[in-house]
Amino acid sequence: MNTSADQIKKIEAQEYEDLVSQTKPKPTLLKNCIWAFVIGGLICTLGQVILNYFIGQGLTKLDAGSATSVVLIFLAALFTGLGWYDVLGKHAGAGSIVPITGFANAIVASAMEFKREGYVFGVGARIFTVAGPTLVFGFAVSILIGLIKVVFS
Amino acid sequence: MVNQKKQGLQTIIFEEPPVLTAWATIVGPKEGEGPWRSDFDWIMEDYEFGESSWEKAESKLLRETVKLAVSKKNYQPEDIELLVSGDLLNQITSSSFAARELQIPFLGMYGACSTMAEALLTAAMAIDGGYFERVVAAVSSHHYSAERQFRFPTEQGVQRSMSSQWTVTGAGAVVLEKGIYGGPRLTCATIGKIIDLGQKDANDLGSAMAPAAADTIKTHLSDTNRPSDYYDLIVTGDLGKVGSALLKQLFIKNGVVPEPNYSDCGVLMFNDNQDVHAGGSGCGCSASMLCGPLLKKMVQGKIERLLLVATGALMSPTTSFQGESIPGIAHAVALENP
Repeated sequence: MNTSADQIKKIEAQEYEDLVSQTKPKPTLLKNCIWAFVIGGLICTLGQVILNYFIGQGLTKLDAGSATSVVLIFLAALFTGLGWYDVLGKHAGAGSIVPITGFANAIVASAMEFKREGYVFGVGARIFTVAGPTLVFGFAVSILIGLIKVVFS
Repeated sequence: MVNQKKQGLQTIIFEEPPVLTAWATIVGPKEGEGPWRSDFDWIMEDYEFGESSWEKAESKLLRETVKLAVSKKNYQPEDIELLVSGDLLNQITSSSFAARELQIPFLGMYGACSTMAEALLTAAMAIDGGYFERVVAAVSSHHYSAERQFRFPTEQGVQRSMSSQWTVTGAGAVVLEKGIYGGPRLTCATIGKIIDLGQKDANDLGSAMAPAAADTIKTHLSDTNRPSDYYDLIVTGDLGKVGSALLKQLFIKNGVVPEPNYSDCGVLMFNDNQDVHAGGSGCGCSASMLCGPLLKKMVQGKIERLLLVATGALMSPTTSFQGESIPGIAHAVALENP
């Protein structure tokens, strides 16, 4: 291909890119951070309250941790089903995505969305559409860390 | 032989401009809460529209809109000789499933959000070419069927970016007939080229499509030797706030000055307090604005000459994930009162 034509095209694209970045509204970073901090913090505080309760009921710390996760996942799934979690997520952003509740939301939302294609090709096949990468790379990293531990201990 | 029906580089001129004799639009609940509530024929009570899936709801929306447009002239669907229709879903199933019920000979169109203009100009060519006398051009889009195909599951808690647009739930249908009636006429149309300036952000389609709109409008004006104020209104399909701001800057660069007679259906569709970020998008955006408020204003004589420039972003989720840039397209149709 003609290199000078290529170059003109590149310059044109760059010029336009500059125009776009001038025009595009900036994300409301500070507001998003505050929302994420507050909601994310509240979800974690709720988790701590549940954890303390279970420990108070006589569970070991490890068991109480697992029980807390189960409760949080249940609540997130319930709120997703009721159509509340996406409203929360709209404001909280990372604050509601990063905790375990966000993970539950991603799975339940996919399951609900694809139910119309049936249980096998819909729910079964698509349930991890959004959460899949987290699982894949989560497993991969856990194996890596396991290997490091085996090698160095 | 000199080609009389084509003028300039990309513009077709209709010898006997087909007349828009009837039109209809049905929109979703959110669109009904916008500024044009009283201009739409019918507002859906909910997004399901009495169906069991978003896809079925969209197909019904399109089907009912076509029936409504046809009934305004006391025609039956079988009186229509050709249906030119499209939508946003994979394999344009909303259209073909609607055509299955309507039993009108059917040509499917895909031009993403530019489909309304594409369908109109194709229908007009079919009529002015002498093949048909009564053709319907129609499109639809549905917020949730588009959302699940192009973005995320509905109930997932995600934050939308400030430049993202809201796919309009709505359908528009226009009955075009051989020019023996009064009413707005489709006098000429400019078929757009794909313009791609390397934009890749699928959450900012306005920026990807603005250069295509600029190119089509510039070509249209130079092909037809018309000044930009020839039109009472030049309206783009769904550039939204970001895209139309960019287009205004591209106008300045191209030496075209259509302000203040320039606007965008995506910007017009919703009120600022409806939380749609950069505005509306989708085939239904330009279609329901055209078949709702815009044609109404033409009938009232408030707009005598309208240039509808429907804009489309011709990517798919697959190409976006593969890192491809977004090809933009825009087709222009000129509607004029006799």
